[in-house]
Amino acid sequence: MKKILLILSTILISISTTHKINSAEKVDLLKTEWTFKGPLGKFDRASLQRGYQVYTEVCAACHSMKYLSYRNLMEKGGPEFSEAQTKAIAANFEVNDGPNADGEMFTRPARLSDKFPMPYPNDKAAQAANGGAYPPDMSVLAKARKGGVDYLYSVLLGYEDPPQGVNLDEGVYYNKFMYGNKIKMPKPLEDDLIEYGDGTPATEEQMAKDVVAFLMWSAEPHLEARHKMGFRAIIYLTILTILVYFSMKKIWSRVETEV
Amino acid sequence: MSDHNYTPKSKVGKWFNDRLPLLSLVNHLTDYPTPKNLNYWWTFGGILTFCLITQIITGLTLAMHYIAHADMAFDSVEHIMRDVNYGWLIRYIHSNGASMFFLAVYIHIFRSLFYGSYKAPREIIWILGIIIYLLMMAAAFMGYVLPWGQMSFWGATVITNLFSAIPLVGEGIVTWLWGGYSVDNPTLTRFFTLHYLIPFLILGLVVLHIWALHVPGNNNPVGIDIKKPSKDTVPFHPYIVIKDTFALLMFMIIFAFFVFYSPNILGHADNYIEANPMVTPAHIVPEWYLLPFYAILRSVPDKLLGVIAMLSAILILAALPWLDTSKIRSAVFRPLYRQFYWILVLDVLVLGYVGAMPAEGLYLLIARVATAYYFAHFLIILPLLGFKEKTLPLPFSITDPVLGGSANLSMAKNDKTKG
Repeated sequence: MKKILLILSTILISISTTHKINSAEKVDLLKTEWTFKGPLGKFDRASLQRGYQVYTEVCAACHSMKYLSYRNLMEKGGPEFSEAQTKAIAANFEVNDGPNADGEMFTRPARLSDKFPMPYPNDKAAQAANGGAYPPDMSVLAKARKGGVDYLYSVLLGYEDPPQGVNLDEGVYYNKFMYGNKIKMPKPLEDDLIEYGDGTPATEEQMAKDVVAFLMWSAEPHLEARHKMGFRAIIYLTILTILVYFSMKKIWSRVETEV
Repeated sequence: MSDHNYTPKSKVGKWFNDRLPLLSLVNHLTDYPTPKNLNYWWTFGGILTFCLITQIITGLTLAMHYIAHADMAFDSVEHIMRDVNYGWLIRYIHSNGASMFFLAVYIHIFRSLFYGSYKAPREIIWILGIIIYLLMMAAAFMGYVLPWGQMSFWGATVITNLFSAIPLVGEGIVTWLWGGYSVDNPTLTRFFTLHYLIPFLILGLVVLHIWALHVPGNNNPVGIDIKKPSKDTVPFHPYIVIKDTFALLMFMIIFAFFVFYSPNILGHADNYIEANPMVTPAHIVPEWYLLPFYAILRSVPDKLLGVIAMLSAILILAALPWLDTSKIRSAVFRPLYRQFYWILVLDVLVLGYVGAMPAEGLYLLIARVATAYYFAHFLIILPLLGFKEKTLPLPFSITDPVLGGSANLSMAKNDKTKG
């Protein structure tokens, strides 16, 4: 038995060391405090509203969010803009509609039920305008990358001058956290690039944090409801389990076997 | 099934029961004599029934909103997540439910391996179980394809391509499976159809599995035959019902943690990217519960032999009742088998781990050693062990396990806590 244990532990140690070697090659992602983590985590409304502003003033130039409608912006658990605010936001955008009674297509200001407009008419146009790289749709981006929100936050803040010996082609940038370290998106955020409506200083970190929180919400619009229901479900199940445990003890006390 | 006579008390009941003995069946199920020393590892049968029913109910609900079309599948899943009332809940229960189902079935299988539940007279129960397990893997694989994400598409491509290893007709079979020259819309619609069908096949097999179980009755941790009904047994209701309920609730708490607090931790991030035939993901990995077999597949350098090795790894289990030559069922009384059992558990875990890693260098070497050991366990160790092993003396009955001192009883009891 001792021999077997020795062999097993050697195997385990060798596996864990190879694991360490592998993880040493990776760069640790930047960490920040997310309000939506943890069993009772919720979004910070003000942060989501600022995040929407960053998205629409910076990211939306190239990145679509095809699964979002303006009505989502006023729904519970999201940025929770008031109805009037949301209608005003939507009215800033023109959408195609039609055909009308004359069979003509026309444009009109967006309504609550409209989806966010697409920045490009199709994927090929998006690629052509971005040096061959397709700017991914951002609706579920926070769930579609390993590392999730921490990864997105890190990439936004990970632009650096390339280290010695790394030559970059025209239109390619160096990013510490990007897979392969090369990215075709130019550095998107600079201090005071936009002016926040609520007066929060628009530092690079602040904008990155706000927009990534917004992306987490867009990927999981029912996150708050899920956390809340989970908390209740687990308390309910725990109480029920305890009650059933004592019933079981009582029933099994009729036979001498332990349960 | 009518191993005892039962007459309903009411006149209507009697009239009905004479024509369709449904009440006799209910009576059989409630009175069913069960060994009273069953430990918590025996509660996973009930848990698995719960898993199957949960998957069927959530699956039916999802199917009402899902669109099986290559251009719309991904969008329809997002529609479920965003706009369908509690769609996120139903989908997360279904997707995590698959993982919980496999977690439970692996515990159920390894319980059977430890206590020798596959041995005579329970071979048919065991073989039915293996068929259920195979169908579960098919259902899970096809279900994973339905969201039409990157891992769905490329997983389907890799797995269906395995059939091309068959000599002469391989390529033709793959084209036939796809319904075209690549994984595309026809593949998706047939996978959806089969994914919908298989759970009901499993349900039918589960009925047979339980029927076959009720002929000899349950095995037990001591592994000896018991008289039933006797002082060694308790009626299924209320004793086993309440115990299974308690275990199920504990299981549901763990289930709830996944569904509500880390619903995507068992999935792969790439599956939230819509399927794109022009872009191959950096690493194509199956779901965690298929990883040990994936490791076996990749550890063989030849494609055809790899596929054969992977299939054999599952099918060899069906031959287990005849490969294990020992007459003693429970590992409690088999000191050597007990050690090999735990090595096998570790071996499968190691295979699962290397299955998730790139097949190169040290990982490949470990995968090869672990694969060789897996087959050696069933083909060499188990047949020999039956002749070589000095087993411990068996007790006369589970209530009176005193032959050769009380050492065996304490072992059986210790066993409840660890395995």
